[in-house]
Amino acid sequence: MLLQSLSEACGLSGNEAEVRNLILKEVQGLVDEHRIDTLGNLITLKRCSNTGAARPRRVMIAAHMDEVGLMVTHIEKSGHLRFSKVGVLDDRTLLSKVVLVGNDRVPGVIGAKPIHLLKEKERHQVVETDQMYIDIGTSSREETERTVKRGDYVAFATRFSRLEGGLVKGKAFDDRAGCAALIELLRGRDSYPFDLYGVFTVQEEVGLRGARVAAYAVEPDYAFAFEGTVCDDSPKKKDLSPTTVLGGGPAITLADRSFFADKRLVKLLVETAEKNGIPYQFKQPMVGATDAGRIHLAREGVPSAAVAVPCRYIHSPVNILSLSDFENLIRLMSLSLVALPTLWPLP
Amino acid sequence: MKELIARLVEAYGPSGNEEQVRALIQDEIKAHVDEARVDALGNLVALLKSDPGGQGKPPTRVMVAAHMDEIGIIVTHIDEEGFLRFAPIGGLTPLTILGNRAVFANGVTGTFGMEKREILPTEKPKLDRMFLDIGAPDKESALKLVSVGDAAAFSRGFAQAGNRLLAKAMDDRIGCAILIQVVKTLKRNPNDIYFVFTVQEEVGCRGAVTSTYGVQPDLAIAVDATDTGDTPEARPMNVTLGKGPAIKVKDAGMLAHPAVRRLLVEAAKGLGIPYQLEVLEGGSTDAMVMQTSREGVPSGVVSIPCRYVHSPSEMVDYDDVTNAVKLLIKVLEDRVTI
Repeated sequence: MLLQSLSEACGLSGNEAEVRNLILKEVQGLVDEHRIDTLGNLITLKRCSNTGAARPRRVMIAAHMDEVGLMVTHIEKSGHLRFSKVGVLDDRTLLSKVVLVGNDRVPGVIGAKPIHLLKEKERHQVVETDQMYIDIGTSSREETERTVKRGDYVAFATRFSRLEGGLVKGKAFDDRAGCAALIELLRGRDSYPFDLYGVFTVQEEVGLRGARVAAYAVEPDYAFAFEGTVCDDSPKKKDLSPTTVLGGGPAITLADRSFFADKRLVKLLVETAEKNGIPYQFKQPMVGATDAGRIHLAREGVPSAAVAVPCRYIHSPVNILSLSDFENLIRLMSLSLVALPTLWPLP
Repeated sequence: MKELIARLVEAYGPSGNEEQVRALIQDEIKAHVDEARVDALGNLVALLKSDPGGQGKPPTRVMVAAHMDEIGIIVTHIDEEGFLRFAPIGGLTPLTILGNRAVFANGVTGTFGMEKREILPTEKPKLDRMFLDIGAPDKESALKLVSVGDAAAFSRGFAQAGNRLLAKAMDDRIGCAILIQVVKTLKRNPNDIYFVFTVQEEVGCRGAVTSTYGVQPDLAIAVDATDTGDTPEARPMNVTLGKGPAIKVKDAGMLAHPAVRRLLVEAAKGLGIPYQLEVLEGGSTDAMVMQTSREGVPSGVVSIPCRYVHSPSEMVDYDDVTNAVKLLIKVLEDRVTI
């Protein structure tokens, strides 16, 4: 399954090559052109079905290839690795996790003090990243340096598997779910009545960096970001927003910390969903940020929207998503793209 | 001009929802400009072409900008009892909203409340412990009036207090009013002036990013409200209500271009109107992003001193406003060179 291989591939921000190669292999036969830009974005183009059009409209869909994780900052005399975070991670989710260090995937464990030795006070404290270390089994700096060096990326060693209820667990669903959906969308239809740019971006998790330059280059008329997004649907005492709900359908962004979704595009998505009986939900406003936050500011501005697959336990070593949400996202977008030209006066 | 200011400040337009303000401004300026367009993000970009018979050189492209949006709230959740939870749009201080009302685009009005049992009397309330009550007895009734994602702004009428004007959204409808007044009053124009009414300033100067890229100006001036240091026990700041428009030296996001600053100072001196130099420690304006557009744009700011900024009752001095109009006209009626 495509989602499985994408989830198990390692590609932290700034080191997306493994994921990009995997995607490239999938999309090569599906697009008319592709290129990799200076920052490492993979920009693909499916040409407009109407070859007579003078300047076909351009639609850009972005999904980011990078994932959150860690980076080796120092190797102790004892051989242990110190690290810092790449992207936003919760310290509480890190202890005792199995990790893969460097491009050679050297296995290691984020060490934790045994509970027997914890002082009463320590049991109530969060261990911060700078107090943690990775144990790859070596006992000296020299031994460690044979396989690991400072600056190596560290990914979580989470395997993909199916759970009950049509759910799956794995790592990096933010945003490999978006990447997989974009690939399936490119596979689904030979062409659209516009130039469709499928863009797989880099460095989203460290500040939407890839999307900024990709959108400048593509110069789209409309844009969408595909995402894996926050879901918080566990039972709660207070009646507050779950942000999104697993199984509730693709989540449409109205506004988040990075942008206000274009009202015309949101209307198109909602109407398409309702007309075709596709479940959908609105993501809790003002939470999170996506590549759309940069794309909509490119050049003279780009009407943009973001649609996402809800992911439980996002930005942690293991995420859960519902395959029905994933498939409904592809369906919703495929139908919405066909209807998209209603937004512009046809030639 | 007061009548115009009153209509502008009372219009509804939290960031991302500037349509009503834009329509009002479009109506006011359309007879006075050569073209006006709305860009992809919703900025209103109006061009006043230079008078014919220039000296052969292409006219200077001057961009003058004020933002249409105001701070507000956005509904994030509607609970079973019909109360609305919300997130802030822009810099909203919890203390300023209790006891106040908010209104949605469709006119639905509500009042702010807070979780009294959860908040100690000595504790400052936080926004996530507050809610908006629109009088709906349950979720179903609330959903007939508003949806998640709908934005609301403060609901407050315009008022006069002596020579001072009181209103919500003075930041930055006062800038919009000044630009409109300048458009209507200019007698002579040797420059190509782009009057830009921007969107989404309060959430990160987003409209100015794209509109400046589009206009590609040679020089840019933002007109916006700024804080003052003239109230009891205020944080020290050398800006006082009534002492003239403030010419920005720096704020948290930019250093004004010295030549633009000089241009404004010289114009004020030439007119003999009062002015003050402004150093603002927190916050910034559209000029922050205008300045770094493309290859860089010499940029400055004409600030209107404003007490209680980002509250439902922002106060400006009317003389500062009329002097700002005079100052901008003086600058724009000559060929702008720096």
